[in-house]
Amino acid sequence: MTQSVPFNLWWRRQILPGFGLSLGFTLVYLSLIVLIPLIALFMKASGIGVEGFVRIILSPRVLAAFQLSFSVSFYAALVNVLLGTILAWVLVRYRFPGRGLLDAIVDFPFALPTAVAGIALTAIYASNGWLGGPIQALTGWKLTFTPLGIFLALVFVGFPFVVRTVQPVLADLDVEFEEAAASLGASRLQTIFRVVIPELLPAALTGFTLTFARALGEYGSVVFISGNMPMKTEIVPLLIMMELDQFHYTEATVIAALMLVVSLVLLFLINGLQRWGKLRGHRA
Amino acid sequence: MEATRSIPISHPATRDPWTVRALLLILAVGFAILFLLVPLFAVFFEAFQKGFTGYLEALQKPAAQSAIQLTLLVAGIAVPANLIFGIAASWAIAKFDFPGKTVLISLIDLPFSVSPVTAGLVFVLLFGARGWFGPLLSAWNIKIIFAVPGIVLATIFVTFPFVARELIPLLQAQGSDEEQAALSLGANGWQTFWRITLPKARWGILYGVILCNARAMGEFGAVSVVSGHIRGLTNTIPLHVEVLYNDYDYVGAFAVASLLTLLALFTLLIKSLATRL
Repeated sequence: MTQSVPFNLWWRRQILPGFGLSLGFTLVYLSLIVLIPLIALFMKASGIGVEGFVRIILSPRVLAAFQLSFSVSFYAALVNVLLGTILAWVLVRYRFPGRGLLDAIVDFPFALPTAVAGIALTAIYASNGWLGGPIQALTGWKLTFTPLGIFLALVFVGFPFVVRTVQPVLADLDVEFEEAAASLGASRLQTIFRVVIPELLPAALTGFTLTFARALGEYGSVVFISGNMPMKTEIVPLLIMMELDQFHYTEATVIAALMLVVSLVLLFLINGLQRWGKLRGHRA
Repeated sequence: MEATRSIPISHPATRDPWTVRALLLILAVGFAILFLLVPLFAVFFEAFQKGFTGYLEALQKPAAQSAIQLTLLVAGIAVPANLIFGIAASWAIAKFDFPGKTVLISLIDLPFSVSPVTAGLVFVLLFGARGWFGPLLSAWNIKIIFAVPGIVLATIFVTFPFVARELIPLLQAQGSDEEQAALSLGANGWQTFWRITLPKARWGILYGVILCNARAMGEFGAVSVVSGHIRGLTNTIPLHVEVLYNDYDYVGAFAVASLLTLLALFTLLIKSLATRL
């Protein structure tokens, strides 16, 4: 960083006071609130040794929770990529009354506290609920207390991610590309698949990964609709909570440490995808 | 498709056919109504099941009142703490160049990647009865876990990045020419900060504070781990929603939840106003 800036410019910037104070405070606060607690988690988890770690992770209940969390989060992220891209497309390309309102309510799942989302979704998807009743009558599917209910909750909480990552890229995408494709004889469908979708791919993948990461860690909106049955509807964050309630601190710590590693890997993936998206933007 | 290809003028390839437009529009609006707005209406519908008096009664119960007070107290500590941090971090990052800056920015965003349950757990491991500082705290008779300080710490953790991530790009975009001009005209550092930087960044600060506050008042998972759910003592509004719901007091649960829903709507309103500015 420092080397890339000419020395006289760097020195000029240092004319502003408060560098030591602001950076010092930032580092101390960051360490106290975030870094030391997270390091404590890893130290505690590594304290039990490889054998104990493996024994806890490979227990049937933990494996079932991981399998459920990963699969339901994956499907929720997948559905959100499709719906989110369609919504971003509609918001950017079409003009219709109520567009501003639609744009504003996309963020509603981010603004609504997870516990409120949890009880509201449970109420509407219950067998006697506004949506759960008709759906059960039509398809016979029970939504609450099943993985399907968890899936619906995760689609809800992760919904804004894909819209908000794809929307700006789509807005920046010049219609001239599509005109060029059309003038060269491409059909609308060919233009969409060969020109538009490749341009949106980095943003859509970023949105997918963000939704997936959020879904893996989600607790509040799921806990009410899932029914919390071990081996059946118990997601990983809920399992950590159950272990804590029984004072199984070692088990809770090991599971949480593994989840944190997964989150960090996803974070690196998201950073990589964003850099790829930026490169694509510059190349165009 | 054949028609599209043979008459490119009436169906230019940059415009979707009206059937596609109508279909996508109906899909998007229908989904938004069923999936996003129905839960919103459900909260208020359930809250007013026993009429307006039932709604007010539910909110006036002592347990609800103490939950509201605790939530205000926790947000009142967590939001200013993260505001000061956000201002310090954005000043350091936007106004100066130093090695490791990108790493620092990533670390500031880190709490967003941590599951709320894990966020609560780390503080139990540090300050719980069997945690690192457990023996020390019990010797001094200080209670952090299953008490208000733990709730504050967990809330600060989950809302940590909000103000900083709004302010860093804003201050970076504004540059430091005006600050340098103020300094060269004889202002000292704090004068420059109070009179130049702060007024320029006020909308960004307001927006960051409102987002931070919405999350601080609504946080459930992390607070749930450290609170111990002691009624009247360590129940915040979201935790009280859970308690009432599990007691089958649906009107009470949704009435208290409606307060947080109104806060969410207010936050959305500010956001759409801020993006239009």
